[in-house]
Amino acid sequence: MRYAMAIDTKKCVGCSDCVVACQTENNVPIGYCRDWVVESVAGTYPLVELEIRSERCNHCDNAPCVRCCPTGASHIVEGGVVMVTPNKCIGCGACIQSCPYDARYSHPDGYVDKCTFCYHRLVKGGRPACVEVCPTRCMYFGDLDQPQSEVSQILARRKWKVLAPEAGTRPQVYFLV
Amino acid sequence: MKEELFVSGRNIPNIDPHLNIWHWQIPLYLFLGGLAAGLIFFAGLYTILNKEKEFPTAVKLASFIAPPALVIGLFMLFLDLKHKMYFWQLYTTFRIESPMSWGAWTLMAITPLSFIWSASYLKEVVPGWDWKNKWLDRFEAWVIGHRKQLAWIQVVLAVILGVYTGILLSAFNARPLWNTSILGFLFLTSGLSTGAATIMWMSKNHTERKVFGRIDFLLIVIELFFITHMLMGFQASTEVQIQAASLFLGGDFTVSFWVFVIVLGLVFPGVLEVLEIRGYRIPVAIPALCILIGGLIFRFIMVEAGQVTRYLY
Repeated sequence: MRYAMAIDTKKCVGCSDCVVACQTENNVPIGYCRDWVVESVAGTYPLVELEIRSERCNHCDNAPCVRCCPTGASHIVEGGVVMVTPNKCIGCGACIQSCPYDARYSHPDGYVDKCTFCYHRLVKGGRPACVEVCPTRCMYFGDLDQPQSEVSQILARRKWKVLAPEAGTRPQVYFLV
Repeated sequence: MKEELFVSGRNIPNIDPHLNIWHWQIPLYLFLGGLAAGLIFFAGLYTILNKEKEFPTAVKLASFIAPPALVIGLFMLFLDLKHKMYFWQLYTTFRIESPMSWGAWTLMAITPLSFIWSASYLKEVVPGWDWKNKWLDRFEAWVIGHRKQLAWIQVVLAVILGVYTGILLSAFNARPLWNTSILGFLFLTSGLSTGAATIMWMSKNHTERKVFGRIDFLLIVIELFFITHMLMGFQASTEVQIQAASLFLGGDFTVSFWVFVIVLGLVFPGVLEVLEIRGYRIPVAIPALCILIGGLIFRFIMVEAGQVTRYLY
């Protein structure tokens, strides 16, 4: 099993519903967020191009945060989801330094926190909260190992990119372009 | 032109607008760790070479600086942890891929060793010292009998410690300024250089001072060579590393890097040491202090500037 997410940058309107849903679902402390929306404008008027991306932890196949963790608090669970065990985390910040996406933050309680793909929902057969609430249905989620899954189907049909592939992390959040 | 905006209003403390998760404690620790590595290395080296008599400061007196340096350094590391009460989790496991795990275990070994090493010379340095305990006396006798073996362990651990202070940073490919394999040896060289400078400063023996002046000069030359190659490597690398190098080549850290690290911390003491070798009388405190301050500032700049650099997408 290999969980992955695909986000359609052509459909996303940048409403930030995914951000609020995540903060509510995961009780994210005020002033912090596990996902966020980036508006990228390239070119100069009148030749401009706009891309809107809902970003989060990429749950990398080659996760630098897991490699550099001195205690094993950062680990990979079934389905390739990168998780943090708060009671093993010493708050050294190595994983935060190692993430090319700046997807991790230091929780006010001291441990490091991040997107979990809403693992507590996945184990019950659900989908991440952000995917569930998206009003434009621009987010797809599922198992890459199953060719019939929503995410495998859309990635087979559409052109996509991942963020900073040159960082060698093999990210598993795909952006449809 | 490309402009990226967080439309969801992201402003996470210590992450945005750029990373600032490691503060003054880390560079101070990197400096103290490097200094201790240098002192322990030279104490071990001259013991292995059977030159305790010719280099009394390196082997005996200066080794007393290493234990407090390591303890203060460890305390700095502890201060920087955000989930402090769980620090013991470091010692429940060994993660071969994590430089920090290597560092934690190396410090666990080298800190008590450096205490034992200094304690075994206490009687020679402090006249009239008495342990007042027969077990401690016996242990001291055992240590004195095994100094050679201890010296070998110390030298190996000191090199690991010195390299580790650099690899701790270079293992993060997400921070392009740190992501160069030369950093481990650059930090080791710098650590050895600060150690040599301290020995040179403390020494009252003319020949020892001269030898350490020469060692230090050699280390300065190697360090300048490594720094040049680091910048050359960045310039010949990808866009993110070219931008990282530009912080030192016209960017925000240009003045602090070239004035404090290169000129004040390396070139100036190097020139003074050459003059000393040529026979001019130079107060040894000046080059020694310059090297120590330069080494400290170098680590502050590297830690701070590295966190500014990141991947672009």
